[in-house]
Amino acid sequence: MLAESGKLDRRELTRALLEDRGEMVVIAGLGAPAWDITAVGDHPLNLPLWGGMGAAAMIGLGLALAQPNRRVLVLTGDGEMLMGIGALATIAVKKPRNLSIVVQDNEHYGETGMQETATKHGVDLVAMAKGAGFPQTMFVTKPGEVPALKAAIHAGNGPFFAVAKIDATSKKLVLPPRDGAIIQARMREAILGPEAHHQL
Amino acid sequence: MDADAIDKAPDAAAAWPDQIYGLLKKHDIRQVALVPDAGHSRLIKRCLADNEIQVTTLTTEEEGIALLQGAWLGGQKAVLLMQSSGVGNCINMLSLSHIHRCPMPMLVTMRGDFGEFNPAQIPMGNATQAVLEAMGTLVKRADTPEDIAPTVDATIRLAFNTFRPTATLIGQRVIGAKTFGKD
Repeated sequence: MLAESGKLDRRELTRALLEDRGEMVVIAGLGAPAWDITAVGDHPLNLPLWGGMGAAAMIGLGLALAQPNRRVLVLTGDGEMLMGIGALATIAVKKPRNLSIVVQDNEHYGETGMQETATKHGVDLVAMAKGAGFPQTMFVTKPGEVPALKAAIHAGNGPFFAVAKIDATSKKLVLPPRDGAIIQARMREAILGPEAHHQL
Repeated sequence: MDADAIDKAPDAAAAWPDQIYGLLKKHDIRQVALVPDAGHSRLIKRCLADNEIQVTTLTTEEEGIALLQGAWLGGQKAVLLMQSSGVGNCINMLSLSHIHRCPMPMLVTMRGDFGEFNPAQIPMGNATQAVLEAMGTLVKRADTPEDIAPTVDATIRLAFNTFRPTATLIGQRVIGAKTFGKD
């Protein structure tokens, strides 16, 4: 699971987190996390975002509140999380036990030419989540810590927030369906059944 | 309502805040996202007192657009309450509605609109409708108390029946402009 840099390989980490996912819904922030969740297996319960930078965590909150008995995982990048960082306060106040946010932190804006993000310069997202009031947090750098990360995601003691430091190298592009209407409709059907398309 | 508050709340005799609450119930709205506005203060209180409505107070209005997206994915209807200045914070995030064809009704109380006192409210207040429409939102105005309930009803119906962003702008003429004692 380690890249040559000695850091976690983003795609192997994603594969480990989504293996045996059960009924868990996964929201992936735009860019590499969206390609990652698709590379390890496109799924009706995946929402790979094509836009709305900064939205991933809040989409997770809306979904977690609507479906309190279902695990919701937001998998996103450091740049995407920083853009919507106020969501940490909003989510911590609402205390959704079924919501987890995992930031795959490569300390760079990977889609735009590898410019450095604030986390490269010491901004500590775990400390920010703790400060907002997240009761459970983790900082992950080693493969041996991934089983505990996965257990925390499934525990339902959230809201849970973790940063996993990952290798910065970009991986092969694996694109999800590009029509967002299909992505939304298939998830709603997977959660709500055929009635999803007849909601009044 | 704090008498020294900068924003003006609707008159206690005004029926429309309770009418909007009734419409939220009628349309089975289960999540309300908001950045507070004095114009919506009574409606917010009604929502907070309702165990069947989840109220999420946002740090910025664009979070609300994302929250509406998440709620709809999970099968719940949601609305966003904000004042006109908050519309500017939502611009790029409104693309989510078009990407996914997600219903996103917004109820906006206007500032910088009719008899505004505060110069800082004018630029965004004057641009609110243009900005929303530039992002593909169906916008209807309500400038009399009697117009508010039917317009909000239409805004909620349009969003959930036709899968797009919709907004009612509640004119400052209805709520009144605070004058800081300089009448």
